[in-house]
Amino acid sequence: MNPPAESPAEGATEVVLAAAAAPGVAAPTAAEETPFRRIAADFAASRIALCGLGLFALIVLCALLAPLISPQNPYDLAQLDVLDGRLEPGTRSGDGKRVFWLGTDDQGRDMLSAIFYGLRISIGVGVSATLCALALGLSLGLAAAFFGGRVDALIMRVVDIQLSFPAILIALILLAVLGQGVDKIIVALVAVQWAYYARTVRSAALVERSKEYIEAARCLALPGARIVFRHLLPNCLPPLIVVATVQVAAAIALEATLSFLGLGLPITEPSLGLLIANGFTYMLSGKYWISFFPGVALLATIVSINLVGDQLRDVLNPRLQR
Amino acid sequence: MLAYVIRRLLQSVVVLFVMSLLVFVGVYAIGNPVDILINPNADQEDIERAIRGLGLDKPLWEQYFVFLQRALAGDLGRSFAYNVPALQLILERMPATLELATAAMLIAIVLGLPLGLWAGLKPESFAGKAIMTGSILGFSLPTFWVGLMLIMVFSVYLGWLPSNGRGPTTDVLGVPVSFLSWDGIRHLVMPATNLALFKLSLIIRLTRAGTREALLQDYVKFARAKGLSNARVVGVHVLKNILIPIVTVIGLEFGSVIAFAIVTETVFAWPGMGKLIIDSINVLDRPVIVAYLLIIVTLFIFINLAVDVAYSMLDPRVRLADAKG
Amino acid sequence: MIPTLAVDQLRTHFFTRQGVVKAVDGVSFDVHAGKVLGLVGESGSGKSMTGFSIIGLVDPPGRIVGGEIRLKGRNLRDLAPAEWRAVRGDRVAMIFQDPMMTLNPVLRIDTQMIEAVRAHAALSVEAARERSREALVRVGIASPDERLRAYPHQFSGGMRQRVAIAIALINRPDLLIADEPTTALDVTIQGQILAEVQKLCRESGTALLWITHDLAVIAGLADEVCVMYAGRIVERGTVNEVLDAPLHPYTRGLLDSVPSRNRPGAPLRQIPGMSPSLARLPEGCAFRERCARATETCLSEPPLYSLGGREVRCFHPIHAEDEASVE
Repeated sequence: MNPPAESPAEGATEVVLAAAAAPGVAAPTAAEETPFRRIAADFAASRIALCGLGLFALIVLCALLAPLISPQNPYDLAQLDVLDGRLEPGTRSGDGKRVFWLGTDDQGRDMLSAIFYGLRISIGVGVSATLCALALGLSLGLAAAFFGGRVDALIMRVVDIQLSFPAILIALILLAVLGQGVDKIIVALVAVQWAYYARTVRSAALVERSKEYIEAARCLALPGARIVFRHLLPNCLPPLIVVATVQVAAAIALEATLSFLGLGLPITEPSLGLLIANGFTYMLSGKYWISFFPGVALLATIVSINLVGDQLRDVLNPRLQR
Repeated sequence: MLAYVIRRLLQSVVVLFVMSLLVFVGVYAIGNPVDILINPNADQEDIERAIRGLGLDKPLWEQYFVFLQRALAGDLGRSFAYNVPALQLILERMPATLELATAAMLIAIVLGLPLGLWAGLKPESFAGKAIMTGSILGFSLPTFWVGLMLIMVFSVYLGWLPSNGRGPTTDVLGVPVSFLSWDGIRHLVMPATNLALFKLSLIIRLTRAGTREALLQDYVKFARAKGLSNARVVGVHVLKNILIPIVTVIGLEFGSVIAFAIVTETVFAWPGMGKLIIDSINVLDRPVIVAYLLIIVTLFIFINLAVDVAYSMLDPRVRLADAKG
Repeated sequence: MIPTLAVDQLRTHFFTRQGVVKAVDGVSFDVHAGKVLGLVGESGSGKSMTGFSIIGLVDPPGRIVGGEIRLKGRNLRDLAPAEWRAVRGDRVAMIFQDPMMTLNPVLRIDTQMIEAVRAHAALSVEAARERSREALVRVGIASPDERLRAYPHQFSGGMRQRVAIAIALINRPDLLIADEPTTALDVTIQGQILAEVQKLCRESGTALLWITHDLAVIAGLADEVCVMYAGRIVERGTVNEVLDAPLHPYTRGLLDSVPSRNRPGAPLRQIPGMSPSLARLPEGCAFRERCARATETCLSEPPLYSLGGREVRCFHPIHAEDEASVE
């Protein structure tokens, strides 16, 4: 017998869309739209999200190609002339060879170049921290969901306690203890973020685990690894993608904040946060560009990632699928 | 209900003890305990005397008990930099941070709820989309950078607002507050707005998501089928449902606001706990760091507890779970 | 005697990215005071959407695009939104399938009942509460004062549905639309609710439009039946006529697939295929691809014929002689 009639909220479009939304089941009449194409189409429906994606691609490109496109290598002391320091945007350098489009800082570094290199570091740290946290959180979350019982309770307790404390505090304390350095920042960021992934993965995996076909697979004594990878894992991907995207932005922002506070990356690897911190003291005398432009670059990066993540969340949220 | 509160209270105390143990282990076992508690500039004799005096030559578990005893008596060590008890130092600075955090939270709620509601009711309208894009900007903008820009515009170029510090304070019930004077408000406005930005975006998004989901529910259709006015459907039926989770989030986020005030206080030189901890980390004033950690942990645990209790009181499904059906 | 409800060629379409979905495509029927009309169909047949269209709760991207809805002669489609709101809950009421979510979980029962009264009459809170009390008694709820102060989650499913019915009938509407209100309930409770509603409607002369997919419910409750398929009415008649001697192959199929009508041991009969997507209906008769009786003629759309006091939308309706040969 057919399932009971639609709830008032679903309406007739349920018949059209329900088949396509059911995981793995293709309706005979709606088969032309694969899930991926549908998601891509839904995503592209927002022009703002597309702009975000484009902007982010551009930024990543700049970061990757930094050594090639920077007018100056800001960390090569031979290329710096302190007399070029604190020049306004658009000024020509003392030897006339180049124009400082975005001005210089107190050491005579071209802001544009510093920003490109800074982007590299900021994005690099943010992405690697996210990937490590993802790997850690994913394993722990899957373990919690798969083994259940005591393992689950223990892991989730730790996750809960960790998530009830603000990220900045945890990172602050870790860095106070560990000191400065790229690896230490990444450790701090991973420690802050893994819990989100663990919780997301566990929830999604639990939903899938309670479904009957997993019971059936277990009855058939399929190896645990196979159940986990072929069944539990794919179901976790949509929420995971959303969380990871937003978390990259959060990681970049957190690293910038920590660097600004003087606890993050050391001066030898200046990320955008440090550049902004450098310019703090010059702001009150009106030399805004030393802080302003790195800030805009940081802003553009974070906003573009968040725009993409936002649209992904709307598109992949099953409860808003109508 | 009472049983629930007592149970949560006991749980909180347990967590508190566990955290104190962690802090103790972090401070005593990792890193050199001598450096942590004793001023590294003292000469050798003083150091040895201090070691004996602080019981650092005793076994670890005995040290933990001593630590615990002292902590419960309110003695968390003396600050190296200021040479006053660390606890006293922090408590002196707490009202400033709390004032900032409360002001920020109020701004976030008063602006966030209506904006989020509007965005949820009319998601496809220009205003709705603008609010959402604005909210993305709100939590993407790094707080410290916004603070800098605010100072640049309002202090340096326009000269309207002071760029740092806290206004003059008056005592209310023994607690010094600065918002009662015009000058105090002038000093409070920028840092509070800066701090509020992130939470404002969060509340807007939460409210919008909650509203959108609530509008799809059957009880909204049923309310409409009764012929109720739109104002009542939204203002009573939808609002009451979404307020419950939002209030709990706001409660939990308050703790995070207090922590995040560290950044705002640094940018605006606001004399609160946050600025203190950054300065202390920079000069390695470890007793203050330990004291700050313990106090923050305690604060958080009790905020969480308060929120849990409040939630169970607000949601009738939880409150009356033991009533007969 | 004009019917309480006269629906005439109602069309409600949804304008989606996948195309136009004709959820309700030219539906007409009448319901008289104190009578029960059963609207039967599967999921996706458009029956619920018909109910929503009548009460004016069609959400975008859907819209009523044609036809008339006459309540005691007054065309509801002519009404301004404010006027329609005055009618809703007062002259036309609706109850839904899941009593769990129909009542707002965080508001008390009396709040939800009193607001239904005060939205349409300038009564004091006390007077409204008194009316609510009476309404609860009328649907058979004991100790109404206690119940009024309670929250929905403190009731069982059957009780909640009774409360919903009480709210719906509190202003003595002319028409009650019931969208599968008993599907989510136990069978015994189902019977009670059915009896209750039937009694209340006969007593107060309220016309009842009962939407369901369950033929057994219709058999015991309705006076007239309309069978819907793919947004259209395919058969209409009194309940005895339609259930004892169905004309449309689809109705026949529905009846046959009820297990209790089968001979023990014989394989269960089912209608082959699936109901079509409303955005891509086959050419001609919508049931064509699943019908054993389909011929070339069925490639053009069959109109609704009158056949001995009944109506059917089929070029090859089942007659009594066919019945004998099918068995």
